[in-house]
Amino acid sequence: MSNEQAHSGIWVPAEIRHGKITPATFELLGEAVRLAAANADKVTAVLWGGGLDPLIGELGRAGADRVIAIEDSRFDVFRDELQAETLAGLTGKYRPAIMLLQAGSLGRALAPRVAALCHTGLTADCTGLAIDPASGALLQTRPAFGGSLLATIRTNGCFPQMATVRPGVMRRIAAAKTVPPEVVRESAPADRWNGLKTVLAGFGREADEPSFDGAGAIVSGGRGLNGEGFALLRRFAELSGAAVGASRAAVDANRIGYPHQVGQTGRTVRPGLYVAFGISGQIQHLAGMQNCEVLVAVNTDPEAPLMKLADLAVVGDAGDILRQMINQFQTDGEGK
Amino acid sequence: MKIIVCIKQVPAAASVRIDPVTLQLIREGVGSVINPFDYHALEAALALRETAGGEVTVLTMGPPKAETALREALALGADRAVLLTDRAFAGSDTWATAYLLSLAVRKLGGADLLLCGKQAIDGDTAQVGPQLAARLGIVQATGVSELRFVDGATLEVRRMLDGGGDLLRLRLPALLGVERDLNRPRVPTLPGYLRAVDRPVTVWSAAELNPDPALIGLAGSPTRVVSSRPAELPKRDTVLVRGSSADGAAAILRCWKPRKETI
Ligand SMILES: Cc1cc2nc3c(=O)[nH]c(=O)nc-3n(C[C@H](O)[C@H](O)[C@H](O)COP(=O)(O)OP(=O)(O)OC[C@H]3O[C@@H](n4cnc5c(N)ncnc54)[C@H](O)[C@@H]3O)c2cc1C
Ligand SMILES: Cc1cc2nc3c(=O)[nH]c(=O)nc-3n(C[C@H](O)[C@H](O)[C@H](O)COP(=O)(O)OP(=O)(O)OC[C@H]3O[C@@H](n4cnc5c(N)ncnc54)[C@H](O)[C@@H]3O)c2cc1C
Repeated sequence: MSNEQAHSGIWVPAEIRHGKITPATFELLGEAVRLAAANADKVTAVLWGGGLDPLIGELGRAGADRVIAIEDSRFDVFRDELQAETLAGLTGKYRPAIMLLQAGSLGRALAPRVAALCHTGLTADCTGLAIDPASGALLQTRPAFGGSLLATIRTNGCFPQMATVRPGVMRRIAAAKTVPPEVVRESAPADRWNGLKTVLAGFGREADEPSFDGAGAIVSGGRGLNGEGFALLRRFAELSGAAVGASRAAVDANRIGYPHQVGQTGRTVRPGLYVAFGISGQIQHLAGMQNCEVLVAVNTDPEAPLMKLADLAVVGDAGDILRQMINQFQTDGEGK
Repeated sequence: MKIIVCIKQVPAAASVRIDPVTLQLIREGVGSVINPFDYHALEAALALRETAGGEVTVLTMGPPKAETALREALALGADRAVLLTDRAFAGSDTWATAYLLSLAVRKLGGADLLLCGKQAIDGDTAQVGPQLAARLGIVQATGVSELRFVDGATLEVRRMLDGGGDLLRLRLPALLGVERDLNRPRVPTLPGYLRAVDRPVTVWSAAELNPDPALIGLAGSPTRVVSSRPAELPKRDTVLVRGSSADGAAAILRCWKPRKETI
């Protein structure tokens, strides 16, 4: 624990997946730029792996004033222990005030290790961040107890103030920076974990796994959409270019695979348009999609919770309405 | 093989109710259970003991009533149970919890394998496992969905990551955070309960663990909850459409149209 003056800057350790920087990294940089404005602070991205140079400019355009690059192909696979030590070491050297990581499986394995080594606080899976105007401290808001409670947390005199942030909640900045970022080269410490943990093989995503990141529209099915209805849902998604989501009830009924599940124990999405067919709107489902721009619900029951929350609530049979949507979409296309 | 399983006692309800006046959690009337993920950690430990031999210790930090969680674990087949309880531990965040658990692990003489659940369903942070591994200076794998014993000093695990996963070989000692699809936990039997009734539960307070008082409880925690409120949903002005399915479909497609170009 040390005084606040000595710490400045907001750090975002970038995440690379299949050779590309993840969308959530750009969201975090956007949020970091917004927070930095409050304290006239600078944003630093930390990037690791092999062949980094083509990626550095992208981080700059997304908001990084500085990029710390650790060119080291050992980091092409995820090494929790060495990555945590590297980050903790750099934190000691550069003394950032804030560090934000994405709350995916990788960030939630890495961040707690870093926080333990730095002896600092870590708030999990935040959905809101703000700078307290009085103290300059980072206020970290997160859902707990299955999404029924929102808690706001402060780091108690320790640095960096660390948070993992739920993907899909923050916004990347629209106005691209034109000044290239300052680039600092760093390296990892000696690997004392060598031989203790070996990555034997990696495996990719399921063939059917949907791509929710950056999806303009998501059509999602629940228990109220039967097997035939799901075939119609996929057909409409194909026609319109939407991604296919589902409630847990639909996944549990084997109508679609787990990667499609939206909600507390599935994916969090923030599309421009979310259309829910036969989904009642339980809190655990809402946790994953309530921040979409336009929300449409289709349900036979006008009293279903989601029908009260939606921008557009359509009373009717989900399958019938999907059939009509496919017809009308096709006729419409032909008319053009 | 020495295995320590960390278990947490959590409220039985998946979501809690909040007193509309005081905005405090209503805990009365809600029973306590073992965190669902932790059953899978315990099952993995018991199954490993069956193939590799050794001893399974269950460890929890919590109020005195957390002993019931340990009794259930003993009934399921754990060999030994340790409860960390002291007023001074109350309010510990994940950092302080991991610190106290690490002291207990050391006092137990360490372990070859430490098993945790993926996350607790109340605090929901998934942080205690990795923080404990970091404090003990051992390797970790979170999101473990498959586990295979290679020899007395080596494990192979499949860990899930976003968009895929890895097959890892770990030299022990190691800490694992386990997923629900790792195994099917056994259920306690009556003879199991009867055997567990008079088994001793080791209870350690601050006097036995001897932690640095500045690093535990509310005061020693590097995070501080400053406020909490029930989650509220974004308010939208709902337009309700009743009519033929053709009308409904047309209304939905109108939401689509202006977006089509921007996608
Ligand atoms: C710890 C925990 C985690 C969870 N995580 C998730 C999660 O990540 N994601 C998730 O989705 N759920 C999750 N759940 C489950 C959640 O509580 C609900 O059970 C689930 O979301 C319900 O799915 P549903 O809305 O499809 O089904 P239901 O609640 O059964 O709703 C079906 C709806 O379909 C309507 N309907 C019926 N027939 C038709 C028809 N012909 N046409 C149109 N509408 C019709 C009904 O009126 C009803 O409103 C979780 C639960 C727990 C306890
Ligand atoms: C509303 C609210 C929000 C909170 N947010 C944060 C936060 O963002 N950051 C933070 O540092 N603290 C936070 N806390 C405090 C935190 O919940 C407690 O420290 C809690 O004891 C451990 O965290 P968890 O429940 O998230 O466990 P997790 O880290 O999710 O648990 C993972 C696994 O660790 C093991 N484990 C966890 N706790 C114990 C235990 N007591 N004994 C034995 N094994 C255990 C179990 O195997 C469990 O499956 C919050 C508390 C509340 C009430």
